[in-house]
Amino acid sequence: MISFILIVLASTFFTGIIIRMKSITSGRKGPGIFQPVKDVIRLFKKGSVYSETTSFIFQAAPSIYFASVLMAMMVIPLGRYSGIISFEGDFVFFAYILGIGKFFNIISALDTGSSFEGMGASREALYSMFAEPSFFILMGSFALLTGHTSFQQIFASLHFGSYISYILGVLATFVLVMITMIENSRMPIDDPKTHLELTMVHEVMILDNSGFDLGMILYATNLKFALYGALIANLFMGSFPLYLTIPIFFGIQILFALAVGILESFTARFRMNHNAQYILALSSVSLLIFLGVLLVLGQFS
Amino acid sequence: MKHISIKNNQTIPLREIPALDYITFLEHNIFLLTKSQGTHCVNYYGFPSEEKIKLICCIADDELSSIYISSSEVTATQKLPSFSRRNLVFEKFEREIHENFGLAYTDHPWLKPVRFPFNRFNKNSTVGDYPFFKIESEELHEVGVGPIHAGIIEPGHFRFICNGEQILHLEVQLGYQHRGIEQLFIEKKKLLQRVTLAENIAGDSVAGHTVAFVNLWESLCNYHPGRDLQLARTLALELERLAIHTGDLSGMCTDVAYQLGSAVFGRLRTPLINFFQSWCGNRLAKGLVRPGKTNFPFTPELAAELNSLLDSYESDFEDICEELFTLPSALARFEKTGVITTEQAVTTGTVGMTARMSELNRDIRSSHPHNLYDELNHQPVIKNQGDVYARARLRRKEINQSVGYLKALMKNSSSGEHKPAPLAIPAPNSFAISLVEGWRGEICHCAITDETGNLVHYKIKDPSFHNWLAMALSVRNNEISDFPIVNKSFDLSYCGHDL
Repeated sequence: MISFILIVLASTFFTGIIIRMKSITSGRKGPGIFQPVKDVIRLFKKGSVYSETTSFIFQAAPSIYFASVLMAMMVIPLGRYSGIISFEGDFVFFAYILGIGKFFNIISALDTGSSFEGMGASREALYSMFAEPSFFILMGSFALLTGHTSFQQIFASLHFGSYISYILGVLATFVLVMITMIENSRMPIDDPKTHLELTMVHEVMILDNSGFDLGMILYATNLKFALYGALIANLFMGSFPLYLTIPIFFGIQILFALAVGILESFTARFRMNHNAQYILALSSVSLLIFLGVLLVLGQFS
Repeated sequence: MKHISIKNNQTIPLREIPALDYITFLEHNIFLLTKSQGTHCVNYYGFPSEEKIKLICCIADDELSSIYISSSEVTATQKLPSFSRRNLVFEKFEREIHENFGLAYTDHPWLKPVRFPFNRFNKNSTVGDYPFFKIESEELHEVGVGPIHAGIIEPGHFRFICNGEQILHLEVQLGYQHRGIEQLFIEKKKLLQRVTLAENIAGDSVAGHTVAFVNLWESLCNYHPGRDLQLARTLALELERLAIHTGDLSGMCTDVAYQLGSAVFGRLRTPLINFFQSWCGNRLAKGLVRPGKTNFPFTPELAAELNSLLDSYESDFEDICEELFTLPSALARFEKTGVITTEQAVTTGTVGMTARMSELNRDIRSSHPHNLYDELNHQPVIKNQGDVYARARLRRKEINQSVGYLKALMKNSSSGEHKPAPLAIPAPNSFAISLVEGWRGEICHCAITDETGNLVHYKIKDPSFHNWLAMALSVRNNEISDFPIVNKSFDLSYCGHDL
């Protein structure tokens, strides 16, 4: 329960910090860090406009997407405190409940019949598909290392003893950060600020959404960021007491947001056809982790 | 003689243009273009003359700094072989003639109107049934962008035929901005109205088009502007080039999502256009250039202001260029994207920056110098890769050049007292042509007067007229997601094309 509340709290300022950071690095003052949430509140007060070519799928999809993110949040633990739901193999549930949300997002984009949205949908589907192996190899390695298959037990028993495991921690953080960038359609995979439909990935899929629906999709994105931030924070918590884990949680969320802001300020985004290679290369980093785990477990001796 | 050879900004009596029969006219102009690499077609158009259509073709010889004018009279019902069959450079010019007069060419590759103006010949053809190029296949999909476009860019329709993410073909269909500028030049009789019209041909080339118009008008009136006027115009042209090139580099950074470059180039552009504001009260330089006079003399105070502005501009510009041109992620987007080969550039008859980045030496400043470019002894910057990177590098080099020119011009600015002399009436029954190298490329204005010196025909050609086709060719086999950056790197005008 505690992790759920913390993620909701973190989601209110996460994207705000990214935007503020980007503003500062480009020499502007920028909006307040709660502006994205204020935008969502404004959108929640509005009605939606639906295109005549769309069916019920288009109207249902934003709610399903939002719900899927909420469900995924429920399995995230905080140190030794498990999430609202916790069971053996819940990391599989986590990945695929997010997958369901994405699936509905994709078919609702196809439902509009727009050629832009079709392109965006195909790109997003491709990138998520490529990102999937790296997540599962990573979590599978941890499961192997700790002998558990639920988030809470994996993170609680994950402790860094040997030198190799420090490397594992660094690599795991890197993989999770990059997965976050892919799943949230951020730089260098996608540029959330662009106004050019032809280069968009995620943004182009939600072109037809408006009002309340758009508010849900945008807020789900904020939540997703905080969600992955929480996953990364968990890597470093072990079984510390609550008065330590809460500052660690927020510290890591803020650090992560600042890092995303800096990354997005000083690089250009990738060429579209390099994205697939890049995302697949993440799987090999995950495989390194797997190798490290095998080393730790002494499988090679 | 099959043509008359004139210089840039020269007025000649209309009857001195040799009138050939159509076949000789065709053969001769095709011959002029194949004669050497240094010739290109600057304008080819028709104008109604006593029930007939008089076609005028202007071929510029860049090596001899002369322009060859020839003409031919035809009737709308005649069946004519097309120039385009022999040389594709004429493709768009002939489509325009077809649109205006309904001339039916027998062997034009694809005769369809360029735009859909109110005074078009065939009122039955509408933009709704424009014949787009089509490829029938289950594998391919069409993506249509515009004409109501995201952002505040101008309206244009782009139709892509794609194989997945790869563009096989792009067709650009413009004309939504048509305002009938050429017709308005005839209808509006006051000189002030006409200069204002020239200023509004394209908002980003105000100096370019206005200088072209005033040069032409002064030539028609046989008026020789003083050095102060020439200086102000040359400064305005170079300053405009500087400002727009900087803004374009900012736009290119935005399109590859490089925020630092986008912000810094944007900041560098602002003081430049603000300088126009303090010079003439308008950031786009509207009101600055006037025929036969200037309302805003370039004072020593302004020179001092510009000098200090350029000093601070230069160092910051070099810094951010260093950053941009060494950033791997930006270079990965720029290099080998949107390539135009030299061969394609020749075939499509590109001009200006678009020609120079594909190894074509086309720069009016050096080949047909106007205003003070004679003194500057301009050497065009030539690149040979023809990709987005070449266009970015070309902009950087041209900016460096322009800064140098501005400083040199201000150094020998002997601000002689300006004595306004009244303009005479334009020469009767005359033809005049004016070429100006705007920041985008060669701008061509042509005028024809009647027996009382009244304007009877005015023809404007913006560099975008040819270059749109080059842009469409360059995105072939590129990814559709690279289209915005390619489009931005050409930065062509919609309204300059549509007129």
